[in-house]
Amino acid sequence: MALFDNINLEKLKAGLSKTKNKLVDRISETFTGKAQVDEELLEEIEEILISSDIGMDTTERIIENTRRSLKEKNSRDRDTFMQTLEEELIKILGKPTDLDEEINKIKSCKPFVLLIIGINGSGKTTTIGKLSSQFKNSGYDVIVGSADTFRAAANEQLEVWANRSKVKIIQSKTGADPSSVAFDTLQAAKQDNADIVIIDTAGRLHTKKNLMEELRKINNVLSKVFLYAPNEVYLVVDGNSGQNALIQAREFSKFTHISGLIVTKLDGTAKGGILFQICDELKIPVKFIGVGEGIDDLQPFVPENYVKALFS
Amino acid sequence: MLEDLTEKLERSLKKITGQGRLTETNISDTLREIRRVLLDADVNYKVAKQFIEDVKQKALGQEVITSVTPGQLITKIIHDELTKLMGGSNQALLLNPSGITVILMVGLQGSGKTTFSGKLAKHLSKLNRKVLLTACDIYRPAAIEQLKTLGEQINVPVFSIAGEKNAIKIAGDSIEYAKANGFNTVLVDTAGRLHVDEDLMNEVEEIKKKINPSETLFVVDSMTGQDAVNSAKAFHDKVDFSGIVLTKLDGDSRGGCALSIKAVVDEPIKFISLGEKLDSLEVFYPERLASRILGKGDIVSLVEKAQEQFDEKEAEQLEKKLMSNKFDFEDFLGQIKMLKRMGSLKSLMGMVPGMNKAIKNTDIDEKQLVRVESIIQSMTKLERGDPKLLNGSRRKRIANGSGNSIQDVNRLIKQYKEMQNMLKMFNKKGFNKKMNLKNMRLN
Ligand SMILES: Nc1nc2c(ncn2[C@@H]2O[C@H](COP(=O)(O)OP(=O)(O)OP(=O)(O)O)[C@@H](O)[C@H]2O)c(=O)[nH]1
Ligand SMILES: [Mg+2]
Repeated sequence: MALFDNINLEKLKAGLSKTKNKLVDRISETFTGKAQVDEELLEEIEEILISSDIGMDTTERIIENTRRSLKEKNSRDRDTFMQTLEEELIKILGKPTDLDEEINKIKSCKPFVLLIIGINGSGKTTTIGKLSSQFKNSGYDVIVGSADTFRAAANEQLEVWANRSKVKIIQSKTGADPSSVAFDTLQAAKQDNADIVIIDTAGRLHTKKNLMEELRKINNVLSKVFLYAPNEVYLVVDGNSGQNALIQAREFSKFTHISGLIVTKLDGTAKGGILFQICDELKIPVKFIGVGEGIDDLQPFVPENYVKALFS
Repeated sequence: MLEDLTEKLERSLKKITGQGRLTETNISDTLREIRRVLLDADVNYKVAKQFIEDVKQKALGQEVITSVTPGQLITKIIHDELTKLMGGSNQALLLNPSGITVILMVGLQGSGKTTFSGKLAKHLSKLNRKVLLTACDIYRPAAIEQLKTLGEQINVPVFSIAGEKNAIKIAGDSIEYAKANGFNTVLVDTAGRLHVDEDLMNEVEEIKKKINPSETLFVVDSMTGQDAVNSAKAFHDKVDFSGIVLTKLDGDSRGGCALSIKAVVDEPIKFISLGEKLDSLEVFYPERLASRILGKGDIVSLVEKAQEQFDEKEAEQLEKKLMSNKFDFEDFLGQIKMLKRMGSLKSLMGMVPGMNKAIKNTDIDEKQLVRVESIIQSMTKLERGDPKLLNGSRRKRIANGSGNSIQDVNRLIKQYKEMQNMLKMFNKKGFNKKMNLKNMRLN
């Protein structure tokens, strides 16, 4: 089975469109009463975008760009407007996750090392469960390392996920040094000749200097064992989060090189619009999105689908 | 975010203050900036709009007042409006004096329910209540173990039924168990759930019916964005929660979602949660959060927190020592210990007015505290009391003993001397007004 064989786009759509304030409904409503794109309409669009956590600055820019494009196209009808708006939004998000490319990366390095980071409760451990299951089902040998030695029962939680996806886990005791767990996990991977290593870390607020330093240390320990490691550092962001997620991404970036975002909990009514700003400012691509608590509820990110889902 | 918002507000306030009187034009400029500040702080679009409208009405109406500066006036109006939106006065947790008190926690996944349950359990135990924690999260892997571990840490028993697949039954049984075993307070932790998940929303409704709690608390991550209004409303419609708990405020999110939620459900915010340690729980005061938004710093919280830890006699003695320049390393050590007891230095400093900006750029290194502590601990009692004794060889011994470099030791001694000089100056200049923590109040 290939990576993410059983993607179910409906789930994302269902989640994102569950809200009563569905974007398109409101835009359509707005349009039915009015023939033209006027200031009032633009203000309503502003409300819709800001209500998706896209943020004031980005919203203003998107509207400005859309307005300019419309002028160039000399058009004011609904379809052109929607299309232009979608284009502007997709443009910000960049390329879709290319699974072939991801697989080639994985194949190029043995073991391929992923470090998963983020603030408390964002969905790191669950995402690791989902990722390791995907990798395992695609025929890779996976080892997960429980480097969250702080939160109560964090190790047990990851253990359950490791059992579910039938991968090996390097366990830890509460209070142990997370770096040494990371080290042990890589050693085990070396010994077992494993293909992929995923390191879980404790949730930490980006405002806690000592915890952020700890992250740097984990990162350094990984590079000590394998010069190239970590291959990927994924920042897991809660789709419910507001503007603070941008600051999180900024701050985490100072301590480790974030190679991708994973946005979780998009099966609710939150839109996760903050990812526009993170992509835009920090040029970190969104790699995967979480759409539920089940083992298969992870999907590669496709900007077009995401934006379409926002509007459908 | 916190600093951003505060800075922006400060900036817009400054603008007005500099211009003398309020005019329609300079209000509208400021209000536009404040609107942006609020949206950046995750206040819901509609709520922010209403807020601006209110402020505008008030500001225009009070233009006639000349006894205050425009800056003071608009500060006050903004502060009052923010406070109002967030919910009037503080409301204490409803605890039955006799019989059993049941408190139910609900909320989205990852909002912090379990950690908060632990904190509240610890808090209520301190008030001499006999607390039982109930673990009803049968879905998330190891959620029950998590609560059990927390329970052990704080010496509060945790009720769970191994293998039970029915959360409603666990909740119900725990109440029976509590009654039979002399508990008077039961805190029921539930699984995180999405407000659009019908089955799980029905489950939590059933749990509530079964246990009839005196409080149902909606636990929400302070970093939540615009959608907070939707989840809060859905939970409120379903379980009619009686209070809100705002978590992870030790981060730098401004918690604008609190305003939004208050605006749609009109239930009081009862607690704020500031960290992963089980004693970092605080009562919520709307006016303090408003003050914090305005960059005044949460001085009242700080004072209260200090008071809890700070024995008044200790304070008096310290004051005397400060005033008579007899503050030695022994006192220094005491101060460090106290600071550590008070929790994260940074969260503490953030509450001090005017500190927000400073903190953004200077990182307070808590490790530094530990280092200083270890150096002082390596001094003899005599040396601590009379730092003049600290000659080269003694310094070397201290450096070796504490595992620090001689430079570290020298730096500390230098800092100490500088502090002494400063104190001398203060005392000379007549700064020796009576320090009374109790009388320190906002405004
Ligand atoms: N609905 C939904 N829930 C999710 C998703 N991802 C994670 N969760 C839930 O969010 C909660 C927190 O997830 P965890 O994986 O424990 O988060 P974490 O980042 O590891 O948390 P800490 O280690 O405590 O910082 C759990 O209840 C998960 O089941 C998702 O995509 N959708
Ligand atoms: Mg975790």
